[in-house]
Parts: sequence; C-alpha cells; structure tokens
Amino acid sequence: MTIIDAVLNDFFWRALIGGLGVALIAGPLGCFVVWRRMAYFGDTLAHSALLGIALSFLISVPLNLGVMITSVILAVALLLFSRNKTLATDTLLGILAHSALAIGLVALSFMPDVRIDLTGLLFGDLLAMDRNDLLWIYGGAIVILALLTLLWRGLLMSTIHEELARVEGVPVERLRLILMLMFALVIAVAMKMVGVLLITALLIIPAATARRLASTPEQMAALAVVFGFMAVTGGLSMSWHLDTPAGPSVVVTAFVTFMAVYSSRLPRVP
Amino acid sequence: MSDALVAIENLTVRFEGRPVVDRVNLSLHRGDIITIIGPNGAGKTTLIKSVLGIQAATSGRVTRAKNLIIGYVPQHLSLETTLPLSVKRFMLLSGRPLAECTSALARTGVGHLLNASVHHLSGGEQQRLLLARALARRPDLLVLDEPAQGVDINGQAALYDLIRQLRDELNCGVIMISHDLHLVMAATDKVICLNQHICCSGSPADISHDPAFIETFGQPVAESLAVYHHHHNHSHDLHGNVVGSEHSGAATGHEECHHDHH
Repeated sequence: MTIIDAVLNDFFWRALIGGLGVALIAGPLGCFVVWRRMAYFGDTLAHSALLGIALSFLISVPLNLGVMITSVILAVALLLFSRNKTLATDTLLGILAHSALAIGLVALSFMPDVRIDLTGLLFGDLLAMDRNDLLWIYGGAIVILALLTLLWRGLLMSTIHEELARVEGVPVERLRLILMLMFALVIAVAMKMVGVLLITALLIIPAATARRLASTPEQMAALAVVFGFMAVTGGLSMSWHLDTPAGPSVVVTAFVTFMAVYSSRLPRVP
Repeated sequence: MSDALVAIENLTVRFEGRPVVDRVNLSLHRGDIITIIGPNGAGKTTLIKSVLGIQAATSGRVTRAKNLIIGYVPQHLSLETTLPLSVKRFMLLSGRPLAECTSALARTGVGHLLNASVHHLSGGEQQRLLLARALARRPDLLVLDEPAQGVDINGQAALYDLIRQLRDELNCGVIMISHDLHLVMAATDKVICLNQHICCSGSPADISHDPAFIETFGQPVAESLAVYHHHHNHSHDLHGNVVGSEHSGAATGHEECHHDHH
C-alpha cells in the first residue's frame, strides 16, 4: 500500500500512469478514426471540449463530465447535420470545430471568477494529473476496452462495408453512436494530458504508425497501443530532461516514431 | 409455387419529393432470376436496397419471408487501404466457419487468394470474393448490384453462368442489376425494365419487342437483342467464341412460350 501511495503521490508517476492509460484506449479508437476517415471529426469534438469546460462551471458538474456531455451533444448534432448534404462534411466540421473553440473561449471570459489555466487546456498539463484524473482514465479505459471487445466484429464490419454490414444484421447506426460516445469519453479523459488542440494527434499518429507494420486489424490496434506507450514514456522523459511541455513532447515523440517507422527499410506489409 | 421470398407491393420511394421508385410491384420466388435493367438514375439501386431492407419506403410495402437470409454482392468493395485485411479475415467476418469460407471461395474460383490482401485484388477477383462471401452465408436470396463490373468480357459470361449454377445449387432466388444487356438476356428468366416505374417486364425475348423497352433503350439496342434471341441457343464473346451454350439456351428457351406481360 505504501509503495502504491508513494508512486501515486509522485506527480511524475501519476503522469506516466495516466498517460499510459490514455494510450491504451487511444490506440484502438485511433484505428477507427483512421479507418473511417474521422480525423476532422475527432478534431471537432476535441475543440468543443473548451465549451464543455465553460458549461461545467456554469452548471457546476465535474469538468470531465461537462466535456463529455458537450462532445456527445456535438457528435449527435453532427450526425443530424451531415444528413443534410448542402455543405461538404469538411466544411461543416471546420465551422463547428472553430466555432465551438471560439464560443468556449468567449464563454469562459464571461466568468471572471473562474480561474483556469488556458494553456493547460489547449496544450495539456500532464504533470498536473491528480488521482481523480487517474480514476477517470482507468474507469474510461475499462468501459471502452470492454465495449470494443464486445462489439469488435460489428464495428469492423460496418467500417469495411456499411451496407453489407447492415444487410447482415449489424446494427450500424447504433454502433456509430456508441463509437461517438467512446470518442467523447476518450476526449474527456485525454484533454488533461495533451490538451484539446493535440488530442487528435494522439489518436491518429500511433494508429498510422502501426499501419506500416500490421497485417490484421487487431495487430494494428495492438501496435497502436505500443506506439502510444512509446510516445508517452518518450515524451515524459523528454519533458523531464529538457524541461519541455509534457503534452507537446508526447506528440513530438509520436511523430518522430512515425517518421522513423515509415522511412525504415522494413518489408512492405499488405 | 411456394411463398414469395420477397413481395413488393406498390412501392414508392421519394427523395426530396421526387419519386425515384414509383409504384413498383414485384415478387421473387426460389429459383427465380430477375434482372433489373434501366438507364442511369432509373432507381435500380434504390429498388435493390428496398429489397435488402436498407432503404425505407415512402409508401407501399416490402414483405420478406420469415428468417430470410440474404447474400448481398455490392457494386464495389471500396476499401480504405489503411485497414489491413486479408481475404481470409474478410470471409471469416461473415461469422461462418473457415471450412465453409474456403469452399465458397473455391466455388467462385478464388480459392487460391485465401491469404492475399483484399487491397491487391483485381476488379474481377473482388467481385468473386464478394460473391463468395454472400455464398458462405447460404442465402435464400442472392442480391447483386452490377456483379460483372470490372470483369472482362470472358469473365462476365462465366460469372453470369456461375450465378445461374449457384441458383440451382442453393435453390435460392436471384435479383440483380445489370448493364450487360446481351449477357443478361442469356442468363436471366425475367427482365424488369425500370425507369422509376416498371416500363415493361417479362422474359428476355418478350421485352425486346416491347414498345416501352424500345423507347427506353432505342431501336438499335432492341433490334440487336431481338436478333440475338433468334439465335439464343448459344452466345458469343468478343472473339466470337461460343460461351455458355447449353445453359443460356435452357434458361431463355422455355420462357418464350408463356407471356407474362405487364
């Protein structure tokens, strides 16, 4: 007990444990972001997190919960909006992403009593992770990993061919909604780590790196977790030794790994 | 005749008020091969999707037989290359055991591709893979959306031939969309010419004389088909080789005597 306490009392270990937890869920979810071309979508949800924080203060709920609720509302709004094909999806996402960010900033400025660390929200404050955050991360990880395991075949099938999946009785719409809820959850827990502007990087860079080496979807998900772990440990050591901001350091490490893997002379994988 | 696998009654599908499928009646039984032809934008795919149950009707009814298993062969397998996937894995995602997957692949002539990546298949191989996947489900009804797309002319005849054989083996119903008029005429029992509504339908030989068909596809096409049907005991590929002689004759020949003209 004392050892665990000692570990959890140390901000560096808390950051590491939290970061690994986030990487554990960002890996497989990131694969779906890559497979379903949802990078912009992830960005939009992440940008809305700031609005969620303003909302949390307004109705006094925990920050993570507020962020999750806003993400879910935005995700559903996007689903409904995208049925109306007047605007291209990327235009729509661009509008909503930046508007959500701007509205969040404006809303927060109306709350002078609320003292928040804006830089921390935008770029992450991994080293300020507390025990409560760890609880959120690992609680979220258990829920997400359980859902992914349970729904894996259906999720994969509806990603490969939506209509074929539907004909075979896969509840495509319901799975899409569950996937969005999982994104909302991962954004709520990853926000503290890398900040709203860098969350998408954490989702897609390890997954994209894994693609180069994987020959099955499961391999890709597992490798994405491994590359996520590497990014977190590498980024934190970098931050520790060079005194760089932790969140961006994690993303830089992920990017360096990505470049290294893609420029290496490894045999091509189908 | 047994109960219909799918019965469509007075089906209308509108997109933003514009009717895409207009008051269509259709019923499909075991052993039927029905081919839907029609110009672009005629609502063929929408009609197929209604059969599949993935397109809501604006009005009218689509009734499917209880516990109907549908094997669907979509137009494309447009895969995201970021998703690593082997043929074997794609087949196994159908939920069928490996033995059945491999025998289905062998049946459609792509058994040797079991361990290949789906991203490296040619158009024809993809179509055969999709057909194998539909087959592995042991369908009561096979629904194909332009199955011969991306397949060369020899392959096309062989593919339609295979579809007919599968109909016999599985005793299933088949409904498909096709643009390959000549091949369709040889491979099908009943042709439906769709242009939002059903312009005409009947045996291949009948509809090539139908004024509505001639109006939709033009005199030259209709004439070429009519001429073709006077020699319908065999067909030719581009090189003049005879393809599928016995089968095409058997499939169309007997239809000529009874007219079910609508």
